[in-house]
Amino acid sequence: MKISIDTDNCCGAGQCVLIAPEIFDQDDDGIVILLDPTPSDEMHDAVEDAIAICPADVIHVE
Amino acid sequence: MDPMKALIPLPTQPPPGCPFSPPQEYTELRIEHPVSRVSMPDGSWAWLLTRYSDIRSALSDPRFSSDVNAPGFPRSGMVTAGEGSSLIRTDPPEHGRRRRMLTHSFTVKSVSALRRRIQQITDQLCDEMEKQKRKDGPDGSVDLVRSLALPLPSLVISLLLGVPYEDRALFQSITATVLSRVNTEDERTTARKELRAYLDHLVAGKEADPGDDILSELVHERMREGQLTREEVTGTATLLLIAGHETTANMIGLGALTLVRNPRAADELREDPSLMPGAVEELLRFHSITRSGPRRAAIADVEVGGQPIKAGEGIVCAVASANRDPEQFPDADTVDIRRRNAQHHIAFGYGVHQCLGQSLARAELEISLNTLLTRFPELRLAVEFAEVPFRSDMLVYGCHALPVTW
Ligand code: HEM
Ligand code: SF4
Repeated sequence: MKISIDTDNCCGAGQCVLIAPEIFDQDDDGIVILLDPTPSDEMHDAVEDAIAICPADVIHVE
Repeated sequence: MDPMKALIPLPTQPPPGCPFSPPQEYTELRIEHPVSRVSMPDGSWAWLLTRYSDIRSALSDPRFSSDVNAPGFPRSGMVTAGEGSSLIRTDPPEHGRRRRMLTHSFTVKSVSALRRRIQQITDQLCDEMEKQKRKDGPDGSVDLVRSLALPLPSLVISLLLGVPYEDRALFQSITATVLSRVNTEDERTTARKELRAYLDHLVAGKEADPGDDILSELVHERMREGQLTREEVTGTATLLLIAGHETTANMIGLGALTLVRNPRAADELREDPSLMPGAVEELLRFHSITRSGPRRAAIADVEVGGQPIKAGEGIVCAVASANRDPEQFPDADTVDIRRRNAQHHIAFGYGVHQCLGQSLARAELEISLNTLLTRFPELRLAVEFAEVPFRSDMLVYGCHALPVTW
């Protein structure tokens, strides 16, 4: 799993940070930061959850 | 569409005896006509969306505008006067520019740093509740809405904006009028003007004597730089006050009432407070207090759930229906504090306008409910459930009053 983010669309709601703080954080302006683009297997469910919940369709995986 | 056929009116009333249920009509519409024309209180009509998947796709579709001045926007029953310039009514790309001026105050981290203050305010309000109860004796009761649910979010947002505490009574009465469905459009417009006038005065004060608060920051870093007009600063302050105040207050009241009526869930939460964040998501889903909204206007022809919607037509997204959609939430009418996908609810909306204050609302809910559970383990209603006055007349659902004892 390789995560990419499209920070232009991020609205800073922070839902991804609540779900997977190991992988997502917010910068000083509230915009998403990717802490770990290639998370381990046990994080995959959380990442899928973050993708489903992100209101602005910012998070993608290949 | 047969023009002679009468449209069903926008459903607003919970079924008799079931104040925790959204309008019964939603269930039938979700199955039979998930995108359905309804008549609005002012005689106009709009499309009512009732399915989770349709509402999510509409709220994240840029062909729907949040601008109340867009042709066809369903304004009926909403307060729109003077709101045109506020962030919640602005479309991208201007929306993003405005929102990013505020996001840093509402990040998960910023809110975590506020938790101690929120806990202190909650503790003080609970001390007052205890004092009042002691004064009134064993038969005494306390209105949880007046003593905790309303003052907590009001004090927190006042703190963030730099509004003096002494002015809180004024805010509570003005926002109640602004959000009421019972008050006339004129009364609501007047209330909004009063609030504006007050905030103008406050902004002027911050110009001369800045503090460490959102309003001072907007005045000194944005208005001075020409990024925001004075009018826009006041508009932002108005939005934050109204959006952050009665919403959270009503969720605290409904959350407490739900736990009082579910002693098993209350016990589990007392034993294992780490369940609280999940419980809060479930309570947000279950109650979905924003009624008959969010709303949008189509600015291009769109198809939603197979139904063509033309440019210039309005939609009402019933999040209270979406969050009870069994396709998304099995056994949706049951409160399950361990529900696995509770956080998928759209009680905070969806798309770029999704609630800016959601982390703050979550923190206030977690702290207030936790504190109630531990400080008042015997908390119970002081009246029959059937006597609790519910706000079926308001755009934000909840209880007008919640008499409790312990
Ligand atoms: C339980 C409490 C709350 C609920 C249920 C709630 C619900 C919502 C909903 C449904 C929207 C989307 C409106 C739309 O799409 O048209 C929204 C937007 C917003 N909310 Fe909240 N809210 C709550 C608490 C708060 C708090 C505490 C604040 C701030 C202090 C706040 C500030 C805002 C703002 C500024 C927006 C507009 C965001 C934008 O347009 O980008 N809300 N809220
Ligand atoms: S959930 Fe989406 S919009 Fe919200 S902060 Fe994360 S990436 Fe940004």
